[in-house]
Amino acid sequence: MKSGMQTDHVVPTRTYYAIYALLLACTYLTWQVAFFDLGAMNTVAAMTIAVLKAVVVVLFFMHVKYSTRLTWVVVIGGVFWLGILLVLLFSDYLTRGWRTYG
Amino acid sequence: MATPTLPARHYLNDGYGVTSWLLTRDHKRIALLYLAAITVFFFVGGAMAVVIRLELATPAGDLVSDETYNKLFTMHGVMMVFFFLIPAIPSVLGNFLVPIMIGAKDLAFPKLNLLSWYIYIVGGLFTLYALVTGGVDTGWTFYTPFSTVSSTTNVISTALGIFITGFSGILTGLNFIVTIHRMRAPGMTWFRMPLFLWSTYATSLINVLGTPVIAITLLLVAAERVFHFGFFDPAVGGDPVLFQHLFWFYSHPAVYIMVLPAMGVISELVAAFCRKQVFGYTFVAFASLGIAVLGFLVWGHHMFVAGQSVYAALIFSILSFLVAIPSAVKVFNWTATMYKGAISWQTPMLYAIGFIGLFTIGGLTGLFLAAVGLDVHVTDTYFIVAHFHYIMVGGTIMGYLGGLHYWWPKISGRMYNEWLAKIAAAIIFIGFNLTFFPQFIVGYLGMPRRYHAYPPEFQVLNVLSSAGASILGVGYLIPMVYLMWSLRYGKVAGPNPFGASGLEWTTTSPPPTGNFAHTPIVTEAAYTYPVAAEGYVA
Amino acid sequence: MPETATGHAHQPALAHHFDDLAQQKEAATLGMWVFLVTEVLFFGGLFATYSVYRSWYPEAFAAASHEMVVWAGTLNTVVLITSSLTMALAVHAAQLGERRRLLLFLVLTMALGAAFLGVKAFEYYTEFHEHHVPGIGFQFEAKYFRHAQLFFSLYFVMTGLHALHMIIGLGVMAVMLWWAWRGTITRDYYSPIEVSGLYWHFVDIVWIFLFPLLYLIGRHAGA
Repeated sequence: MKSGMQTDHVVPTRTYYAIYALLLACTYLTWQVAFFDLGAMNTVAAMTIAVLKAVVVVLFFMHVKYSTRLTWVVVIGGVFWLGILLVLLFSDYLTRGWRTYG
Repeated sequence: MATPTLPARHYLNDGYGVTSWLLTRDHKRIALLYLAAITVFFFVGGAMAVVIRLELATPAGDLVSDETYNKLFTMHGVMMVFFFLIPAIPSVLGNFLVPIMIGAKDLAFPKLNLLSWYIYIVGGLFTLYALVTGGVDTGWTFYTPFSTVSSTTNVISTALGIFITGFSGILTGLNFIVTIHRMRAPGMTWFRMPLFLWSTYATSLINVLGTPVIAITLLLVAAERVFHFGFFDPAVGGDPVLFQHLFWFYSHPAVYIMVLPAMGVISELVAAFCRKQVFGYTFVAFASLGIAVLGFLVWGHHMFVAGQSVYAALIFSILSFLVAIPSAVKVFNWTATMYKGAISWQTPMLYAIGFIGLFTIGGLTGLFLAAVGLDVHVTDTYFIVAHFHYIMVGGTIMGYLGGLHYWWPKISGRMYNEWLAKIAAAIIFIGFNLTFFPQFIVGYLGMPRRYHAYPPEFQVLNVLSSAGASILGVGYLIPMVYLMWSLRYGKVAGPNPFGASGLEWTTTSPPPTGNFAHTPIVTEAAYTYPVAAEGYVA
Repeated sequence: MPETATGHAHQPALAHHFDDLAQQKEAATLGMWVFLVTEVLFFGGLFATYSVYRSWYPEAFAAASHEMVVWAGTLNTVVLITSSLTMALAVHAAQLGERRRLLLFLVLTMALGAAFLGVKAFEYYTEFHEHHVPGIGFQFEAKYFRHAQLFFSLYFVMTGLHALHMIIGLGVMAVMLWWAWRGTITRDYYSPIEVSGLYWHFVDIVWIFLFPLLYLIGRHAGA
């Protein structure tokens, strides 16, 4: 793996301002969408926007876009592990009602 | 060869006085600080076991009350799991060896390492406080809502004690991960690392990924007791099974935290005492990672009768069968390493084959338990107790003792008395099997666990078990004596008394504070034999 | 694999067990990322608990979320996002060795963090007065009483833990401010700022998820 430091790359400030504008726009969008009744899609929309915001913070503010492969593995691994907890947890909760015992 | 002498300056005499130890940043001294602390906790947990086995020698609950008995097995579990088994090999042998094995001067974060020890001590003191002011009776598993609503014992202080100690493990794991990634000596590629490092790395991954979940879970238990939030209380709409999910999400991988380092030790011992490259090195390395990953996918097998959905139970059952595979790979590979090896039956090797046999029995009985139908029959019986003691005592403790004996010359510069050591190993092996094999039988016959009284037809097996426990106890005391004795009077070991391969054997015994006179440059794979013994030839 | 220097110029910032500043920086950065992973799992347990109970009691959760002070939550979201911007700009200044801009952006970041905590304190005060604190005279419409209490318990634990992380973050920033002031931070040694920034951004990300999950459920129902 390359040992080049991510700090060799100085992110230009205009990138930061652009990401900031995007984050504010997403926040506004989340807030607005909440006032419309989209049923189950409300949650999906809110979470999608939150994930998008988190991803741009990670990539640009936290410099992961310019980081080593190891950093990528660590970040993705951490999120994946939370995924394991949630998926296997809900394998129980979503299927509890599937069968009643006589 | 001339009688070896101790080096003039080494890490043990590099600075005297209490503060030079309590404020040290030397990973080797921190390892010894841990050694002292975990030994104390081992004997506290062991004392609980003595009373338990005394009580169970007779069917009637006549030695202690049922409430006291509940506290005894709870504290035995808490002490042994969180304060002995989880930290023992990583914090003692890992701390000592990781930097030396990769050719570095210290871990990546020496001050964090010292902090880890202090955090461990604080957590331990919290838990000891809980013990002496009345104990806890919930079982080390803290099942709700008993632990959050009904129990009148020191749940909060114990939960906080474990919470605090968890951070010690997290920081140690973090330290190991960064060290192994970033501080390997020139030429030390991943696949030239000794397998102990692969196991330690895999263990550290589990520590870092799993411990935070039990941390938050115990925090919620403590909060629920104080504020009555109701997260796990069905009266308020909470789900007690949710607690079990969160608890076991960590606590199952925790058993791999306990056994993986021991497996790493066994790889080292088998290679050294068969004077051979470990068979299928790459498979063993990846098996360590495989155990770490798969170990996170199986926690529901502790909850087959708890009320989780039967479909989830089936998924967890299948995954539990899978997780046995990498462990089996390791057992096959160790055995294959021994085939046509130049085996020398010194004490560490005795512990190693003890491990291989006992871990195999423990592991196979684990497969019984992965089968939902069979587990329903034996859950909460002594069959379970026997299963996990075969892994943790027959496995981990054997690995720990084997490693302690193997690296004792490196740590102390001295050899222990080999005959006493062999006798102790034999006593431990016999005592262990006499203690725990009857428990498989009595559990299968239906004796429940966590009961201080039992039907009289189980007495004979229980008496055998208690007799075995007394033998086992004696066996554990003997190494304390001869190891301490060797510090002063043991033969000087020299750099490589066993003629083993590995960077740790290229430096003096004991090593200098900076580990090596010059940064080593690695040019060959691990376990390249033959290697000439240097110093005292054991 | 790290390169070893055959002889390294002794820089005051270089710890003795590292070969050079580059290795030290890589170790510090990796260490912080591994720590952040532990934080993901730590908060993750709470998010898992939340997910279960929200799936079980959707109406009660919606009713309870309706009582949240939305403008405060939204304001706090903007405040934290802005603080992430100022933090990124602080790291940028440090990379270029611009001490004064570094100090400015650190102070701004801390001010925004303090503002967040101030708004949060106001919210907690409001919730206390509206009897929405579980265990302290909790009141809610009878239909959803038990499960709304569960919601508010989660709210206080999750935002409380988050606020604790903010306070720790402010402490870390104070130390960074001091180091920047003393000249310890240079364009060759700015990894403490970068690594502290990673922590700060992470705390922001947690809030990015807390905000919609706690404040915006069922907003459409007669908002």
